[in-house]
Amino acid sequence: MVMVNLILILLVGGVLALLSERINENMPRKIALGIVVIDLLYFLNHLLAMPEFNQLQTPLVADPSTWIMHFKADWIPAFGISIELALDGISLLMVLLTLVLGAVAVSASWTDVIVRRGFFEANLLWTLAGVLGVFMALDLFLFFLFWEVMLIPMYFMIAIWGHENRGYAAMKFFIFTQASGLLMLVSILALVAVNHSATGQWTFSYFALLNTPMAEATSHWLMLGFFFAFVVKLPVFPFHTWLPDAHTQAPTAGSVILAGILLKTGAYGLIRYAVPLFPDAAMEFSYVAMALGAAGVVYGAVVAFAQTDFKRLIAYSSVSHMGFVLLGVYAWNELALQGAVMQMVAHGFSTAALFMIAGSLQERLHTRDMREMGGLWHFMPRMGAVAMFFVVASLGLPGLGNFVAEFLVLLGLFKVDPWMAVIAALGLITGAAYSLLLMQRSFQGDLNPKLADHGLVDFGGREMLTMAVMMVALVGLGIYPQPVLDFAEPVLQSLLETTP
Amino acid sequence: MTVNLLMALMPILMLSLTAVVLMVQASIKRDQLVAWFITALGLLLTLWGAGYARDFTQPVTALLIVDDWGLFFTTLIVTAALITLILSRDTFSTEGERKEEFYLLLVLSVLGAVVLIQSSHMVSLLLGMELMGVALYAMIAFPEKGQLSLEAAIKYLVLSACASAMLLYGFALLYATTGDLSYGGIGLKAILAYQQNPLILMSGTAMVVAGIGFKLSVVPFHMWTPDVYEGAPTPVTGFLATISKGAVFVALTRFFVEGQLYEYHSLMTALAAVAIASMLVGNWLALKQENIKRLLAYSSIAHFGYLLVVLIALAHESAEATLIRQAITFYLTAYILTTLAAFAVIACIAGEDESKNQIAAFDGLFWRRGIQASSLTVAMLSFAGIPLTAGFFGKFYIISVGIQSQLWWLLGSLIIGSAIAIYYYLRIVFAMTMSAGTATKGQCSASSVAQDVLAILLLILVLLLGSWPQPFIEFAGQL
Repeated sequence: MVMVNLILILLVGGVLALLSERINENMPRKIALGIVVIDLLYFLNHLLAMPEFNQLQTPLVADPSTWIMHFKADWIPAFGISIELALDGISLLMVLLTLVLGAVAVSASWTDVIVRRGFFEANLLWTLAGVLGVFMALDLFLFFLFWEVMLIPMYFMIAIWGHENRGYAAMKFFIFTQASGLLMLVSILALVAVNHSATGQWTFSYFALLNTPMAEATSHWLMLGFFFAFVVKLPVFPFHTWLPDAHTQAPTAGSVILAGILLKTGAYGLIRYAVPLFPDAAMEFSYVAMALGAAGVVYGAVVAFAQTDFKRLIAYSSVSHMGFVLLGVYAWNELALQGAVMQMVAHGFSTAALFMIAGSLQERLHTRDMREMGGLWHFMPRMGAVAMFFVVASLGLPGLGNFVAEFLVLLGLFKVDPWMAVIAALGLITGAAYSLLLMQRSFQGDLNPKLADHGLVDFGGREMLTMAVMMVALVGLGIYPQPVLDFAEPVLQSLLETTP
Repeated sequence: MTVNLLMALMPILMLSLTAVVLMVQASIKRDQLVAWFITALGLLLTLWGAGYARDFTQPVTALLIVDDWGLFFTTLIVTAALITLILSRDTFSTEGERKEEFYLLLVLSVLGAVVLIQSSHMVSLLLGMELMGVALYAMIAFPEKGQLSLEAAIKYLVLSACASAMLLYGFALLYATTGDLSYGGIGLKAILAYQQNPLILMSGTAMVVAGIGFKLSVVPFHMWTPDVYEGAPTPVTGFLATISKGAVFVALTRFFVEGQLYEYHSLMTALAAVAIASMLVGNWLALKQENIKRLLAYSSIAHFGYLLVVLIALAHESAEATLIRQAITFYLTAYILTTLAAFAVIACIAGEDESKNQIAAFDGLFWRRGIQASSLTVAMLSFAGIPLTAGFFGKFYIISVGIQSQLWWLLGSLIIGSAIAIYYYLRIVFAMTMSAGTATKGQCSASSVAQDVLAILLLILVLLLGSWPQPFIEFAGQL
């Protein structure tokens, strides 16, 4: 029930935020922040109260009773569809990430959104609810439902509050995800039909569908359906083209959620569904997937280097970083998977922070073009220092979370395919180049005389607090990553056992 | 003819009675309001009659069959007619002209649709289709002010006549080879006839299917659709899109199943080509439309392409007949409700003003008429097949059926078609989210509270059917 409540609180909170606009137009953001924090506290409170939480056992993938939480209620029994939610170590990390970044996103929208604030915060909360659903649903129908439905509030966020080219970006984002989602729907239904013909039962439950016996060719095709949906979302080169547009055009809070959380649903889907449901097919396919990942790492980094738009550069850097996740997942050994999970968390924080900085710059300068920036450190030293921190985090400075993640991925990958690891490591070098270029063009270098009369204001208390949360998280992940690894480890162990 | 048979015909009797009363009323005192109420009452009585007839399900003569399935669609269609009636009150009452004949035409057209739904014989098929069609020509041309509606009516008339001629010739060929005109009789005798004279039998069936395909406006019989949708008064467009097409599809399904048409490989191949073309062409042509009624016309072409997939699935031996029947019931219900929701909003916002049928007229609707905009958004998402809406579950059914029968080409087209469709459905949603600076303000006439209530009602129905379909699935399973 806790998991249902987590989602319900956000849904109802969205309605409250929407309605509260009539009382006072500053109310929605306060309510939204309150709701997200309440949700987070409610979750933590319940987790810590659980006696078995301190001694995490290795969950069996196919046995929900060994998971941390499990909830099941009938929904559409005619097709064996139920409301089935479950939580293991990985979903737990993702839920925590979602809620923390959700609070960050509300903070990012604090002054950024000036019209129709109620509807904005409502959409933000509803997106978070959809994402939580994706991370917790273990009924494939329910999973697909959340997967699709979370797009709608996100679509509205881009289409209504986005920047100059918002219509195009929102449309592209929606069509890419929806079309690939339809492929997944066909795969889900075909998987259910195969299971139906084998057992005579209609069921969409993940636990029942694991180990569905099927012909080799069938499993290849079905696996591809899932794979497409997830790599479009991740995104992986060459399916990434929606991402630079959507991230660039979205309002700051939207970019934070998109880059910080939504991309992770793709990675989560790969780990949770694409591989365990079709272990043999996925393993045979792994070289193609890793090649795509390595190509994404290099391609994203090279293209990022050529950008002049602050947000677009970060967007392409996401393509590069998500390539590491794909590499980690398909290297499919414990080190690499640990790295992939770590990357999901660390990238969530570092990119969210960079997008917030981009948003603050846009709010102050009304441009994202780095050619019109320069020497901003002089006016806004606090913002500059913060930006420096996250830029070096993003390029993988040892001691911060992203380094641990990428190092683990490369280490795991090296065991599987040394050459792939070599190519991926090239991404680190180019990564350093574009990250430092970003810093140099905007905050350092010669002072742009036009900027002097903008009346630039440095980061205030709210912004510094938000940034501090993410800085602490990244430093923590970098210096003492063990807790995260401990959460993920038992789950990854049992997932690894699903494949030959 | 026993009393039992008459009881089974209760919906048809009620509709005929309403038509007679309307004519009598017009000869005594012409009053639009009275005519409106008589029609409303008559339709409500028909609804009651459809419920009443459930205890008397049986074949009535060789022409009609009264069964639960047909009665459910009768109920659905009469409900749709009631909504059309509510919408047309706004459209036709404001001008102070005498328009009570419109209601008579409406009732006659519904009568035709009900006959069509319950037909089990070529004669009743033709009778129902013509009754419905002839009344519709007049309804399309009713505003008598614009050239557009006249043009639409003439176009529909001429092309309909061609389709009817084709249908009749098909009947003749079928009769020549099988010596029977009832669906069941054709089904029994055609297999034998096929061995003797395959060419004539196949041309006969193909002509009948083409005639029906014209009414469903599947590619390549779709040319009339956008013009007629655009030219007809908005409530009539809604009527055409829901009642006319729905009834014809039910009749096609009966003919298909009873006549065992799925046994003929060549026919199924042709039908698959029609379905694929409808899905792709319908969605493709909808992309560039600026007029929302034309857009919905093309989208309806695609939707009937999706529905044909279910009929084609019958041919495969692994198909489950009950699942297929459920799929048709569910998809048609979802389609009709969604279309009604969309046209209710269009009738409210655009009315009969041509310029307001442009998508641009919907700019910023969210901030002007939140309820109407929400209803239209849900309708568009349902058309696009987004989860939690009725349209999604309909598509869920079609894909399930398609997978069971392994119709990969059709499913591929369905996915491509749906992906294209998202673009134009979202265009409308996007237009509604724009800030309403320069937009011409669409206004509702006086009864805007009633319009809002109707919009909310349809919105709830579409969402309910999509998010809690279990009761309806059980119900549809028993039909």
